[in-house]
Amino acid sequence: MQVVEEKRDYTKAKYGMWFFLFTEMLFFGGMFILYSIYRSKYPHDFHLGASQENLLYGSINTAVLLTSSLALAVAVLAVRKGRYRFSIFLQAATVLMGGIFLVIKYLEWSEKISRGIYPNSPVLLRMDVGEIIFFGLYYVMTGIHGLHVFIGMIVISFMVYFTATGDITSENYSKMENTGLYWHFVDIVWIYLFPLFYLIT
Amino acid sequence: MEGKSAVPEIHIKSYFTYVYVWIALLLLLAATIYVARMNFTSFSVLINLLIATVKAGLVLAFFMHMRYEGRFLKGMLLLTLVALTCIIALTFSDVWYR
Repeated sequence: MQVVEEKRDYTKAKYGMWFFLFTEMLFFGGMFILYSIYRSKYPHDFHLGASQENLLYGSINTAVLLTSSLALAVAVLAVRKGRYRFSIFLQAATVLMGGIFLVIKYLEWSEKISRGIYPNSPVLLRMDVGEIIFFGLYYVMTGIHGLHVFIGMIVISFMVYFTATGDITSENYSKMENTGLYWHFVDIVWIYLFPLFYLIT
Repeated sequence: MEGKSAVPEIHIKSYFTYVYVWIALLLLLAATIYVARMNFTSFSVLINLLIATVKAGLVLAFFMHMRYEGRFLKGMLLLTLVALTCIIALTFSDVWYR
């Protein structure tokens, strides 16, 4: 039998993930530029739009996402300390919190859609240009963010599996660490989306 | 390096460090909602963005361990943020002076 020697480069694995995250920052950055340009052009309409957002849903979702980040940060440390069961529990909790975030987002969107506010709806098209842009950006930005949360949940579910099968260990944790970086990045995007859509009225 | 590669050291060793950061994040969330509801000045927009930046900084520094990274990665992060700032500034100067 041939013994295969495995060599790991922890640093390069991490750098690769970070470089991907830098491109993600520029990707979301483009949408933030659109938001700020149109906000400076239609401050009154953006004010009206933001005052129609549900602050309670937004605040709960922020708290949920911040807590999920805590759970995953501790889960990564637990893997490094060799406490796999504890880590699996926390990873599962993170997926659950991601799910709660999306359910709340679903309630929020359906409430808006039931009021007739959705892209190209007759109600929306009767509003001023600035408000149409505000809600357009709202759907695009929270939608793409939500897609990131959904992808994160799938990736973390795989990490739960890998930790359970012993594929992820305290000496082979790069997958886990990079998943954590991705999830925290998604959290940071929400940290900016929250004041821009729910608070700045 | 020969044979087995060395496992990097753990920088944040206590679970509680993360818990403290999380508490700080929740307090900042409460602060940002308070500032927005009070509505004292037009400065509240700026204050809210500043609070968001502090929160993002905490997540970056502790949850993402940026505090313990070397100059290379910190420099790359700075480069990305500077690039984004330049793009924002150029776009705004185009829109304003068109």
